[in-house]
Parts: sequence; structure tokens; C-alpha cells
Amino acid sequence: MKPVSALFAGLIFGLGLLISGMADPARVLAFLTPLQGWDPALAFVMGGALAVAVPLFALARRRGKALDGGILPDLPRHGVNRALVGGSILFGLGWGLAGICPGPGIVGLALHPMPALAFLVPMAIGLVLGQPRKERAAAKKIH
Amino acid sequence: MSIITPAIGPALIGGAMIGLVCGTMWLLHGRVAGIAGIARLALQGPDRVWRLWFLAGLILAGLIARLAWPHELAAGYASLGLVQLIVAGALVGTGTALANGCTSGHGICGLARLSARSLVAVVTFMAVAAITASLVAAVA
Repeated sequence: MKPVSALFAGLIFGLGLLISGMADPARVLAFLTPLQGWDPALAFVMGGALAVAVPLFALARRRGKALDGGILPDLPRHGVNRALVGGSILFGLGWGLAGICPGPGIVGLALHPMPALAFLVPMAIGLVLGQPRKERAAAKKIH
Repeated sequence: MSIITPAIGPALIGGAMIGLVCGTMWLLHGRVAGIAGIARLALQGPDRVWRLWFLAGLILAGLIARLAWPHELAAGYASLGLVQLIVAGALVGTGTALANGCTSGHGICGLARLSARSLVAVVTFMAVAAITASLVAAVA
């Protein structure tokens, strides 16, 4: 991807997070507490995103390759494994604890730098150290 | 309690923007717009340059909101404690690296690719997050 396209893609993605309410940890926590004054609106973020993304992914699937001529990478061959479930449990614990997932954390850097950094520095360390060793080795082989 | 609230319109519009980026990056370039994956590979490589520019775009969106938006769109940061932020960040980073995806990677790109792995991931992290947030809210 060209730098300018990547910058533009990140900008639209980030504005989407802000407009939708996903960038506000208070709104996310209100969505994640169904028994304590539930705010269901954020369910519609995923709904709106999938309504647009599903047809575009289906079109790509039918073509069999990307429009720039590149390959569409295959899904990992291993199915549901312990790393996937265990990792998702850890992610759910962290997301439920503060109401911040990776995208909103990075957008938050511009709005609340100090609390965002307190979240992002340990997140970056976890991202680098957390990858399963086997997948790290496999990724090195591919590239 | 009604499920129809004024916040649904912006949620749908913002969601559609996110879905448009995910769908377009896949269709045009075969790239997965999952933020945890983009952040990890921006740190480790390969192909760091476009990923760093994508992350710069996210921060630019925050700057625009800070300068131009009439009201605060991330007010909830102010009520989070330091330890809470550090522990949450470590869990989110480690968990998404292990599971190879987050809310966008599994929740949007993975589901749109009809990946069974992503469906399991989304159900798991949504359920665990709801239980965790509810317990924290009950204690606080």
C-alpha cells in the first residue's frame, strides 16, 4: 500500500471510531454492562461495518485475487486452537477492564495522551512478546 | 428500556466507515485492516512503512476531533485509573497477539471472510469482556 492510501485509510477508520462512539471508553463500558444501564448502540457499529464489509469481501472471494493483482492470503490452516481461545479470553479481560481496544487506544493518543500512553506502552510490549512461538517462526519463513 | 436510541445513527455511520476501510483494503490489496495486527507488524516488520502511515492516520483522526469537534468524543479516559490502564493494555496486547486479532481483525475482517476461528474469537472476547466490565462496575 502507498503511504498516502494507508494514511487516508487510517484517517477514515479513526473518524469512524470517533463518530460511532467506540473511541469513548465510557460508551464501550456502558455497552459491555447489559445488566447495569445498558447502552446497546455500539452493537450497531459492528452491524454497520459488516453490512459494508461483507459484500466487498464476497466480491474479492469471487475474483480470487486482489484488484492490484496481489494474492488474497489464505486463512490459517490450523483451526480453533488454545492460543486463539486463551488469547481471546485475555483480550476480553483487558477490554472489559478499561473499555479500550487497540484502535481506540491509538486514536486516544491525540485526545488524552497520558492515559492513552499508560495503556499503549504495555499493549505494545504484549503485542511483541505475546505471539505464539510457533506462529512467529512460521511468519519468519513466509516473509 | 428501548433499544432504539439517538446514538444508533452515528454508530451505524461510523461502523460503515470502518467496514468500508476493511472491505476496500482487502479487495484492493489483500490486506487485513485489523488494528492489533497492523500495530504489531508496524513494530516488528515486515512491511512497516504503510502500517506506520495507517497508524498515523488513526492519530490524525484524533487530532481532528480534538481541534474541530464541538464536544468530547473520548471523555471516558478521564475516569480510568493508572493501574487499570496498564493492566488492561498488557492484557489487550498479549491477548490479541496470541489470538492473532482484535475487535477489527476478528470482529469485522474475520467475520466478513466467514472465518470460523474469528467467530469463536468474537464470541469469546465479547462474553469475557461483558462479564469483566459488569464485575468491575458492580465493585466500583
